[in-house]
Amino acid sequence: MEKILVGLKRVVDYNVRVRVKSDGSGIETDGVKMSINPFDEIALEEALRIKESGQASEVIVISVGTGDAQQQLRTGLAMGADRAILVESEGSAGSLGIARILKSIIDRDGIDLVLLGKQAIDDDNSQTGQMLAAIWGRPQATFASQVEWDGDKAKVTREVDAGLEITEIDLPAVVTVDLRLNEPRYVKLPDIMKAKKKPLETIALADLGVDPGPVIKELSFEPPAERERGVMVDDVAGLVAALKDKGLA
Amino acid sequence: MSKILIIAEHDGSTLNSSTAKTVACAASIEGAEIDIAVLAATAAPVAAQAAELEFVARVLTVERAENEQAIAAVLAPQIAALAGGYSHIFGPSTTFGKDLMPHVAALLNVNQVSDIMNVESSHTFRRPIYAGSAVATVEAPGDSVVVATVRIASYAAANGGNSAAIESADATADVPSHTRVLEVQSGVSDRPDLQTAAKVVAGGRALGSEENFGLIYKLADKLAAGVGASRAAVDAGYVPNEMQVGQTGKIIAPDLYIAIGISGAIQHITGIKDAGTIVAINKDEEAPIFEVADIGLVSDLFKSLPELIEAL
Repeated sequence: MEKILVGLKRVVDYNVRVRVKSDGSGIETDGVKMSINPFDEIALEEALRIKESGQASEVIVISVGTGDAQQQLRTGLAMGADRAILVESEGSAGSLGIARILKSIIDRDGIDLVLLGKQAIDDDNSQTGQMLAAIWGRPQATFASQVEWDGDKAKVTREVDAGLEITEIDLPAVVTVDLRLNEPRYVKLPDIMKAKKKPLETIALADLGVDPGPVIKELSFEPPAERERGVMVDDVAGLVAALKDKGLA
Repeated sequence: MSKILIIAEHDGSTLNSSTAKTVACAASIEGAEIDIAVLAATAAPVAAQAAELEFVARVLTVERAENEQAIAAVLAPQIAALAGGYSHIFGPSTTFGKDLMPHVAALLNVNQVSDIMNVESSHTFRRPIYAGSAVATVEAPGDSVVVATVRIASYAAANGGNSAAIESADATADVPSHTRVLEVQSGVSDRPDLQTAAKVVAGGRALGSEENFGLIYKLADKLAAGVGASRAAVDAGYVPNEMQVGQTGKIIAPDLYIAIGISGAIQHITGIKDAGTIVAINKDEEAPIFEVADIGLVSDLFKSLPELIEAL
């Protein structure tokens, strides 16, 4: 295969304890550390390994969002991607909108493989890859924990509720990746310097000629219902008594 | 009125309990008329089970050899062909539904609502985001079909006892051959299923090895419980992936959940929040698991676990 496209979403960092704004209008993001969605980082690592093994010639990272997402794209370039594309969009394009944007880049640049995270850790939707496969008319292999690339085919091990499903797909295809696929590399300082010279193309959503379509509106946000703090017992006898009390043992 | 089509999850012979929970969610929409679609190579056994679920008006069967395995790219065009006349198409938020439903939504040119935990109205729903750190109220467009997945831990399964009509449906569609399931590796276990068990015992990284994880199985056997694990325990190779509980594993709601040697990262807690009673055993009294536990015991699991197994 020649070209691999990897989606990188800018999200609140994995380690941040997320808080709802007091007026319920959204999530507190002021002064909060932002990062590449961890699943997307695994997708990029996989793409880089494919290229390093000589099975692909170019790795392209793409993000849809505001100009701030350039930070995450630069990190992707520092990890080893060859070039980056930022599709600038102020509001949310929705998963279907993102899928349509990715499809337009596939058509423009001729992409053989799209690697995405299986979900983003902000909205936890898990939709974009499946939607892209639908509108592209190509295979989807979601929740991948192992992949063997073999010419115009791939053998994908998928983590499903029943266990592991091994599926063979024809390329081009969309693969969404799970946590255990690989461990992403750390970025080294010289790579960050080098990444500054790599091409980062910015396209306004309007110039792409893509209609994202109607989105699911987010009306309000609230903190989850808290569980009440329970009792502490001193020993196993106390635990067994507490369980018996509740009719659970 | 809402006309709702639910896509049945099954393994060819048995209807997955996720379907009855999805039915319960759909039934909470006012004036809902509910049909279930069974796509299979041979639909009769599963259709018969679906027809027993309360609230269900009709079971539609779509039989073709290619439906032997649940391949999203194969099933979705057939579901899109069935979609006409329905205001809603629901599936469970299991790996089956997560894989399939967005594909269906895209074929129907709509976005999808993921993980409905609560129905506010026919087009307004509540759903968890940020690993359950927040709950969003969302509204789907009123002028197009609503495609959604249901967070099954939020619903009790619809009861049986019904005898809905079973009809063969015409869902003619071209299906691709570019995706082939070669094999499914499933840990064979006679323990209660993790997703439906009334009691679950789960172990974390503190178990230290696959061998030590045997203590968790022993306790589970005493309680006739299912067995789960934290991501750390799965990553460390103590247990297979299908036992992972949490944001990226299974979301469960047993009556009793016993977390042993699990610190309780937010990504794990989101998978157990709806449990009736949470018990935590951990030697670190600062472990966040104690913030959600109903009964907590600060103790070295290698001391307390054998005692507990003995005492029960």
